[in-house]
Amino acid sequence: MALHQNPVPSTQPPAVGRSVPRKDGLGKATGATRYADDLSFPGMLYGRTIRSTIPCGTVREVRLEFARDGFTVVDWRDIPGRNVVALLTEDQPCLVEREVRHAAEPVLLLAHADREALLAASVHIEYDAGNPLFDPEASPQSFKNILIEKGDLAAGFAKAHLVVEGTYRTGHQEHVYIEPNGVIAVPEAGGIAVYGSIQCPYYVHKALVTLLGGAVTHVRVVQTETGGGFGGKEEYPSMLAGHAALLALKSGRPVKIVYDRVEDMQATTKRHPSIVRHRTGLSRDGRLVAMDVEVVMDGGAYVTLSPVVLSRGAIHAAGPYRCPNTRIAARAMFTNTPPNGAFRGFGAPQTEFAIEVHMERIAEALGMDSARLRERNALAPGDTTATGQRLGEDCSARRVLREAMRKSGYRRKRKAFAGTDRGIGLALYYHGSGFTGSGELKLASRASVELTATGVRILTSSTEIGQGTRTMHAQIVADALGIPYEQVEVAQPDTSVVPDSGPTVASRTCMIVGGILEHAAREMRERLDGMPPAEYFGHYGPLVVTRQYEQPEWIRWDEDAYRGDAYATYGWGCDVAEVEIDRDTWEVRPRRLTVVTDVGKAIHPALATGQIEGGTAQGVGYALLEQVSMRDGLMANAQLTNYIIPTTLDTPPIDVVLVENPYPGGPSGAKGLGELPMDGPAPALVNAIRQLGLDLRSIPALPEAIMEAACASR
Amino acid sequence: MRFTLNGAATELACHPASRLLDVLREECGLTGTKEGCGEGECGACTVLIDGAAVCSCIVPAAQAEGTEVTTIEGLGSDHPLARAFMDEVGAQCGICTPGMIMAATTLGARPSLAKIRTGLAGNLCRCTGYEAIYRAIRKR
Repeated sequence: MALHQNPVPSTQPPAVGRSVPRKDGLGKATGATRYADDLSFPGMLYGRTIRSTIPCGTVREVRLEFARDGFTVVDWRDIPGRNVVALLTEDQPCLVEREVRHAAEPVLLLAHADREALLAASVHIEYDAGNPLFDPEASPQSFKNILIEKGDLAAGFAKAHLVVEGTYRTGHQEHVYIEPNGVIAVPEAGGIAVYGSIQCPYYVHKALVTLLGGAVTHVRVVQTETGGGFGGKEEYPSMLAGHAALLALKSGRPVKIVYDRVEDMQATTKRHPSIVRHRTGLSRDGRLVAMDVEVVMDGGAYVTLSPVVLSRGAIHAAGPYRCPNTRIAARAMFTNTPPNGAFRGFGAPQTEFAIEVHMERIAEALGMDSARLRERNALAPGDTTATGQRLGEDCSARRVLREAMRKSGYRRKRKAFAGTDRGIGLALYYHGSGFTGSGELKLASRASVELTATGVRILTSSTEIGQGTRTMHAQIVADALGIPYEQVEVAQPDTSVVPDSGPTVASRTCMIVGGILEHAAREMRERLDGMPPAEYFGHYGPLVVTRQYEQPEWIRWDEDAYRGDAYATYGWGCDVAEVEIDRDTWEVRPRRLTVVTDVGKAIHPALATGQIEGGTAQGVGYALLEQVSMRDGLMANAQLTNYIIPTTLDTPPIDVVLVENPYPGGPSGAKGLGELPMDGPAPALVNAIRQLGLDLRSIPALPEAIMEAACASR
Repeated sequence: MRFTLNGAATELACHPASRLLDVLREECGLTGTKEGCGEGECGACTVLIDGAAVCSCIVPAAQAEGTEVTTIEGLGSDHPLARAFMDEVGAQCGICTPGMIMAATTLGARPSLAKIRTGLAGNLCRCTGYEAIYRAIRKR
């Protein structure tokens, strides 16, 4: 399929493909940009959340042990609508009524004009404690079960020359956006406005409408500049916004709630811990003939997004490989911990860690070079995935594998490092772009382009959370209209101004929403008929063009059978990790990561590279440093002092190569890329550690775990 | 307390144990200095006291008495580091950027990569993997 070429006049250099200045670059580099905590409103109060201190039980009594002067106090009885955080399943209360399902669950809300007085207020809660459940495999309650079946598993195993089994585990991971969660709720003319650090304004809008019911005439949600999200500001802001709104309604004054780091880490979502079991049949020449995969994810105490996290994890669980006989059985389980939720990669980093370490073990069992094993089984155009999706020319698994090996000098180093304190390993991975299956069709996202006195303005609820939404959307619109990038503005996401473009998640903001904007801008260009936007606006006044997502006709997805085209396209990646071990301390130092990713088209090469570098660094932390220690169902190391994310000294040099194998349905061929780099580093690093003779099957690979592996191998 | 703030003599009434961060943000209205962790680990609140980079969230106001305090606002919009961070996309979400730039001002001219990595080890960034920050500082 030929790509549509934008008819940009020769005088106008295209913006797409160039690293134009970020729309928000100067404000951020000068400190002028205002985030939620930088905003203040007249008469504003500060809000505080009183949380459960036990993981399971019932509330017997709540005692306020402070003078009530100047305080606003809210409990569940103050909720005018329904006491739920509306998302997929309405099982999670905004405030505990009686039953406590996890520690740090919100019970009571306080507000006061003076922060010192607010923090000094003491509340005592009496409980009848229950027996908490922390082991997802022992849990009797499943939030979601998924079964993916392809071919005949028994026949596949019957033909197998060799069967390799293994169990792989991953831990929680905390997002550590450097700006903690924060919102301000402001009463306005019978309604309520919420300003905050949020990824998905319309998710918050839906939750507030459900919570507040008829008590307000309108709800308006405005995204303020957001200091990082990574999935961590996808669902929890709906809870937080609800709390601030309840306090604002009761007090009649603006209420700001900004979490400190401890509260943010203890109370909000994390990446789902996982247990993945593989049983794989191989032919004599190293072809995968049967794959039986079991995935268990720890969902925590409420459903939140676990079913969809599980779905993406399950679909990616067989890795970027061809296998005629596959079964993937996945389940997300209830436990008495704060709910786990969205985090960059959304289930895939867990299952791709498992398959990529498993592939290394398969190669060892076969006595075969692991890169050759991957090359032999890697998906190619014409092959089908576990869900039966036939891949097109936009499949690049082999290409990124070969390029990563060439660029890193993999074979030479693999030989040179043998028997030394250095190791090298690789991981091949892929990541579906956009919502799964018919998800994008159901979302029916809309985005608009409108004329202004100086050019055009983009109206979308896609949020800028650092990844470059504003800049990249403006580039796409500028070229589609044939106008300079500088003439394109981007509206602040405000649900009273912008249409619902769907959430800013799932690597969809460029490929899906950028695509809608490209169509809207092209339609506007036709309407302008050669006249510059500002001139047209001067002559004829306002003009808005809104377009809705149109799913490619070829996409077929059966939600019940979990068969069909799971994603419109995939990004592909291969990481080569080099490590060095200190055999006295058992610390593993990453020395270099080579990351080759197919992103379809880099709309803005510097932004795209930044996404890959940043995601890779998060993967380094996930693999080697970041351990959430849970004690009685609560994060015990909820501080940056003892939850360690990579610093400059922990992050190795990252060599990024962008491969551009276009997806014809994306703007200029772009695929999703935001989550892709999260999938590769952990297995590549663990496979590099493997070359040192250390059999690790879980992350984080802390020195203690490495020492244990070393003792076990002696 | 009396001190020099971004070159201007400043006098204000505050509790001596107030965090310098709160004094700057709330009393002086300088919100460019950010709070990330409140315990001196992330460096988002980095300012200069008499030319040295400090985490203003763990500095009591009394300790700034009589000193010269410089915040991101004191560098102005034409500072070469601000320009370099723009050009090299050293800022993604931007919340660590003011602190990162303040720390970078102490690295001197043409710092080596090793010096940059050591000098910025107290400033966390969760977006960039630091590579674009190094590019910005080396380009300056």
